[in-house]
Amino acid sequence: MNILKILFKNSFRHKLRTSLTVLSITIAILAFCLLRTVISAWYAGVEASSANRLVTRNAVSLIFSLPFSYKEKIRQTEGVSIVSYGNWFGGIYIDEKNFFANFAVEPKTYLDLYPEFRLSEDQKNAFLRDRRSFVAGRKLAAKYGWKVGDIVTLRGTIFPGNWEFVMRGIYNGRDETTDESQFFFHWDYLNETLKRTSPGRADQVGFYMIGVSNPALSTQVAERVDKSFKNSIAETLTETEKAFQMGFVSMSNAIITAIRLVSLVVIVIILAVVANTMAMTSRERIGEYSIFKTLGFGGWRIAGLIFGESLIITMIGCAFGIGFSFPVADAFGHAMGTYFPVFNVDNDTLGLAVLYSFTVGILAAIIPTYRAIKIPIADGLRSIG
Amino acid sequence: MENKHAIVEIQHVSKSYRRGSQIVPVLEDITFDISEGEFLALMGPSGSGKSTLLNLIAGIDKVDGGTITVGGVDITNLSETDLARWRSVNVGFIFQFYNLIPVLTAFENVELPLLLTPLSRDERRSHVETALRIVNLMDRMDHYPKQLSGGQQQRVAIARAVVTDPTILVADEPTGDLDRVSTGEIMELMDRLNIESGKTIIMVTHDPRAAQKAHKIRHLDKGILSNNEHS
Repeated sequence: MNILKILFKNSFRHKLRTSLTVLSITIAILAFCLLRTVISAWYAGVEASSANRLVTRNAVSLIFSLPFSYKEKIRQTEGVSIVSYGNWFGGIYIDEKNFFANFAVEPKTYLDLYPEFRLSEDQKNAFLRDRRSFVAGRKLAAKYGWKVGDIVTLRGTIFPGNWEFVMRGIYNGRDETTDESQFFFHWDYLNETLKRTSPGRADQVGFYMIGVSNPALSTQVAERVDKSFKNSIAETLTETEKAFQMGFVSMSNAIITAIRLVSLVVIVIILAVVANTMAMTSRERIGEYSIFKTLGFGGWRIAGLIFGESLIITMIGCAFGIGFSFPVADAFGHAMGTYFPVFNVDNDTLGLAVLYSFTVGILAAIIPTYRAIKIPIADGLRSIG
Repeated sequence: MENKHAIVEIQHVSKSYRRGSQIVPVLEDITFDISEGEFLALMGPSGSGKSTLLNLIAGIDKVDGGTITVGGVDITNLSETDLARWRSVNVGFIFQFYNLIPVLTAFENVELPLLLTPLSRDERRSHVETALRIVNLMDRMDHYPKQLSGGQQQRVAIARAVVTDPTILVADEPTGDLDRVSTGEIMELMDRLNIESGKTIIMVTHDPRAAQKAHKIRHLDKGILSNNEHS
């Protein structure tokens, strides 16, 4: 026998109570992991941003476009290595609930700027050749059962009408942080159609994507680009892709703050549950701790028994919570569809779950330990019998 | 017996408890010695202070005044940590309600004090088996306390008390929760430990039949030790 065996035997002395406490911790850790993952998913776009990409948009607002003619001037700016451009299309597939991101882009430069979208050479060439074609991410294609060669129709909202596209490729993400739920088609297809149907809206782009040769000089390049269009009919605002994505996230700051608070409240709830269990346990066993003390177990050893029991209970609950978080996050991610293109429980979340559980285990044991150590042995022994 | 040196020396010990704003004296100027190998019974009415005296001798309570020396060590000056270490080596406890740990088997309960020693697992096993053999419970070593009778539980408690080969055994009403037959068995066992192993035993009891087994009986009344010694 060793102390660890005593700890485990003590921890499961009241099987129902311990099981309910472990269940509470499991649910709380599961909730914590899911809430943190929702926050991470919100920041997925920011995380996936590249340091060598800049975004140029209309300085007034993202909803205003920029002249297509800016392209050449941007390309000639010192420090710019590549320029692509595109529009948020905002098309709807069959029903409004089928939300996913769809963009009209200049395909060659766009794919060069986004090496994380991996497309086979054959599919890439087929996509580049066909102006009515599109490519979609693996998750999006799988969700709607699209195969290469399928014709997909999007109903335009910003650009009215039914738009037909032919699928020419399915891209895979370079890693799990890459969004595999996007839909890209040729900007030329959009622009040529607009020239016929709404000539006033043609030759306009929603954003320019700029590749910089040296990420360390991104700020200077952005300033040069914006300076080029100072006092023009459409002044520009150029920022790093990360800052651009953060702009979207910051619109949801209140929600994210609320989720963060709730995730912390969950931890406080676990603390209350475990502290309650440990307080009851300690009160019931005050006589037993006195027996241990009588036999020569000193304060540190008594503390070890109580802290150990508290940590065993919290860490078992934490392990179950983390274990369940993967399948539940997977199911949640599927249920949320393309609203959260990247929904994975990351290592930071797991680390925090373990750290908070450990802290809760320690905090919950402090007062019971203090009481158990401080009570005179004779008083503790009197509580037996 | 008279030639043996004193293993426990109690000098002018006093002890009182605080009840609210009132201070209640429990022991007053207690002075006596206990010889090595002695089997002493402390008797007296409830509230006379006999359990308090036993606790002071065993180092689980602190005196207000006076000194207690056990085996040459003045335990009244030891810190809590040193006192815990001292108890683990020098004192074996036998309680009225056995005080076994319910989630541990008889074997594990007896092994408990040995976890504080540097003994190896095999050495611990050997010591525990010897102790259980002394109390004739080898066949029950894997039983949990609730699977044992009161007498058997007290025998496990005695095995736990002797497994570290302590300097003194202290017993607080060891037969207080037992029937007549079990009381006889336990007292026989304690008598054997005293005679065959030479253990110094200090026992608090109400039971005159249990006290008969002791070599010496001392009476406490209202915190004062009577001068009458019965041998």
